[in-house]
Amino acid sequence: MESNTTCLEVKQLELWYGNFQALRDISMAVPHNRITAIIGPSGCGKSSLLRCFNRMNDLIPGARVKGEVLFDGRNIYAADVDPTEVRYRIGMVFQKPNPFPKSVFENVAFGPRVNGITDNLAEVVEHALHRAALWDEVKDRLHKSAMELSGGQQQRLCIARALALEPEVILMDEPCSALDPVATLKIEDLMRNLAEEYTIIIVTHNMQQAARVSDMAAFMMMEEDRAGVLVEHGPTSQLFTNPKDKRTEDYITGRFG
Amino acid sequence: MEMRTTFHKKLREIQDDILAVGSMVGKAILRSIEALKNRDLELARQIIADDQKINGKRFEIEEKCIELIATQQPMASDLRIIIAILNITTEIERIGDYAVGIARIVIMIGDEPPLKPLIDIPRMAEQTVDMLHHSLDALIKRDAEAAKKIATEDDLIDHLYDQVFRELLTFMAEDPKTITRATRLMWTAHNLERAADRVTNICERVVFIVTGKMEEIGASKY
Repeated sequence: MESNTTCLEVKQLELWYGNFQALRDISMAVPHNRITAIIGPSGCGKSSLLRCFNRMNDLIPGARVKGEVLFDGRNIYAADVDPTEVRYRIGMVFQKPNPFPKSVFENVAFGPRVNGITDNLAEVVEHALHRAALWDEVKDRLHKSAMELSGGQQQRLCIARALALEPEVILMDEPCSALDPVATLKIEDLMRNLAEEYTIIIVTHNMQQAARVSDMAAFMMMEEDRAGVLVEHGPTSQLFTNPKDKRTEDYITGRFG
Repeated sequence: MEMRTTFHKKLREIQDDILAVGSMVGKAILRSIEALKNRDLELARQIIADDQKINGKRFEIEEKCIELIATQQPMASDLRIIIAILNITTEIERIGDYAVGIARIVIMIGDEPPLKPLIDIPRMAEQTVDMLHHSLDALIKRDAEAAKKIATEDDLIDHLYDQVFRELLTFMAEDPKTITRATRLMWTAHNLERAADRVTNICERVVFIVTGKMEEIGASKY
């Protein structure tokens, strides 16, 4: 297992949406096979930063990026990089479970199919559902609509859908905010298991969740002009017991935000 | 607007409890020396009985800390304060046990005539209780510098302890008939020396609250 090596490295990253600067001078390294949590008050740019990791911001009109995001040493914003290729290798799971209105099977098979994988599709789907800890719950209803699953199951299905593409990194944007506590804990357990094979970056509003689940934590906040900056980034155990920056301390002890 | 008013209100209550139990323990130490000086067996028995109140108060503080962790999920310095208070409460309660230890010695001595007028032992007791009160002041004020300074005052206790030891040794060497009485006074001084060490532990926890670092300060020679 690669552990202390850098998977993603952000260097002096700046992001604008039109004239509005959303991120300013962000530099941080994300280690392989670790869960990195990004926390901070609403509007601080956490999700914007997360979307920079797989060029999702490219899809927003007027979005511009300066600086670099190195993925295994290569800048994903370089001219010759295909953003679709990046998104295969760096998958994403969103806040609200968003299964396609298709069967459980087709949801997971969708990505591989689009990529022209048609052999052993059943095996690929089963494997992804196993890794998303959903197989036992859906193995008898693979061809029923995914919309019939519970919220927590739908979210694990979305994780399975991302896993079916064999990504190296999984980005999670508030993956549990629409789930009840039990479904949340299941996703958290799943994340810990997945971290053995994948690098995970999670954006969460829930500080307790960040503390429970992550190895590394990054704290962001907005400056006067509302641009998001990275205040502090370090091991979770340190950030939540003895943060270095007064602003981190004030935020995580609930003195503002 | 102050955020997390519930948390801070409960934390203040716990701190008030700590000061209260600290004051009970300080009094117990001073009263145990009073009992020793005056051969007051009634007072000694009272100190032993009162220790139950100190123990009860300690458990009460622990329960409040556990409840605060469970319901408020404190982080960073808030978390360090609660954890430190759990440790400090234990230290204070143990100091109370040393007062009980001295009270038991008083009962053992009974109405034996005094070996000598007590000078250094009461000074040790006063110094220890002073240190205790100052360490709790430093806790409330989150004053790491004050805490470190108090911990160095433990040297004075060690010095007095040496002095008591040498003096009692002289008595025993000159007249073996004094050995029993002198040994009991040695035990008393030993209880006080231990109590002062507990105060330096409290000081270490205060430093931890402020800096987040666990470090031993002013290691005692005993």
